[in-house]
Amino acid sequence: MKKLLPILGFILSFNALAELRATGDLGIVIERENGSALIINTTEHKQLAKIGKLGDLSHASVVFSRDQRYAYIFGRDGGLSKIDLLQDKLDNRIIQAGNSIGGAISQDGKLIAVSNYTPGGVKVFSSDTLELVADIPAYYGDGKRSKVVGLVDAPGQRFVFSLFDAGEIWTLDMKNPQKPVIEKFKNIGKEPYDALITPDGRYYIAGLFGASGLALLDLWNTGTGVKRILPGYVKDDEKLPVYKMPHLEGWAVAGDYVFVPAIGKHEVLVIGKQNWKLIKAIPVPGQPVFVMARPDGRQVWVNFAMPDNNQLQIIDVKDLSLSKTLTPGKAVLHMEFTPRGEQVWVAVRDDNQLVIYDTDTLQEITRLPAHKPNGIFFSARAHKTGL
Amino acid sequence: MKKGLLLLCVTINCFATEPSPERQTTLHNLLKNDCGACHGLTLQGGMGPALLPNSLAGKPDEFLVSTILNGRTGTAMPPWKNFMSQNEALWLVRVLRKGKH
Repeated sequence: MKKLLPILGFILSFNALAELRATGDLGIVIERENGSALIINTTEHKQLAKIGKLGDLSHASVVFSRDQRYAYIFGRDGGLSKIDLLQDKLDNRIIQAGNSIGGAISQDGKLIAVSNYTPGGVKVFSSDTLELVADIPAYYGDGKRSKVVGLVDAPGQRFVFSLFDAGEIWTLDMKNPQKPVIEKFKNIGKEPYDALITPDGRYYIAGLFGASGLALLDLWNTGTGVKRILPGYVKDDEKLPVYKMPHLEGWAVAGDYVFVPAIGKHEVLVIGKQNWKLIKAIPVPGQPVFVMARPDGRQVWVNFAMPDNNQLQIIDVKDLSLSKTLTPGKAVLHMEFTPRGEQVWVAVRDDNQLVIYDTDTLQEITRLPAHKPNGIFFSARAHKTGL
Repeated sequence: MKKGLLLLCVTINCFATEPSPERQTTLHNLLKNDCGACHGLTLQGGMGPALLPNSLAGKPDEFLVSTILNGRTGTAMPPWKNFMSQNEALWLVRVLRKGKH
């Protein structure tokens, strides 16, 4: 028996290890057509589970609880699903609106906000129970409701979002959940279509579809109002057709630069964070959709709208030039960097694959099957403002 | 009415042939993925309006075909004429009107 003890101990500890699961290196991959989400392990390059019946996941996005146990998935059909990454199961699911576009988690992790097209507005829920905490209809003009886009979390338990139809930016202070405080910024420009918040949580920048340039709100100095960046950059008559709206959400901030997709022009714009002036326009082969900086800010990766969506381009931030073009496959829809950026996962919808690259050598490491993947979200987002 | 119908037939060919099975698959994918990017995967609307049979009722084929091919100035709807023929746009309109795709 004495002899057996160490062996027994070994077996027990091995079993215990097999049962435990950490979630810091996990992620969610959205399969839009199936309405399912894959739980993946980014260290082992492995699919752990598949959670189905999540509704219409076209344009789905995901945020994570601060303990990185739960993923909240925002579906197109107004579905809000809470996935338990520890137990590979759906923890809770509600249909909170008719048509929605994205969401955010509050600074303290207790609130989930969703931006809705129909009915236009923002709804705020308890991240624990998914019970409604606040309903913020996006009224403008004479009682119309606007579609809401570009919803992000901001320091001070705030959310910030834009009203597509109204051309407004609102901040929503949820310090007292019973008494939400809204501040409205009007006439910020026609048709804000998406927005980003800088990683430090200070600047909120909305892209404008119906007007030239971007709308900038300094959250440290909201009293100065919203300022237009790059006015008159793309003239209406020279605008190229946009086959997919660009996305601004993501870490498009690298060092002193902000990288944004030009809209209606095949360029990535580099804007200086000091004075918000254009530093350089980098020509690219198509309409950029996602322009994402590697976590260390050395590279910026760009994907494109159709018909140029078989490519990925990498910008070297050191000299602001294109350093490499990759062609992972048909319909490159999204990418996500590992927390410290040594690898990037790429969703290739029409090839039903996830492609993983080494971001240093730019060599492909491996491919994993996924059915029509359209979004990749890693749990490291849990601790980042605006993601 | 007959005159109008005739005129419609002259301008957008009522006797259009069905696209080949391969093209139909391509057009279905385009509808789901690319149109769906703005109009929603189930075409119930998103940034762009819904494209369900109800929402299209009362809008003539000619108008819808022209919207698909040439886009709508002043909105986010781009022209798709580089990706399909007029005949194929008309076929798509009919697919949308049936509501089964």
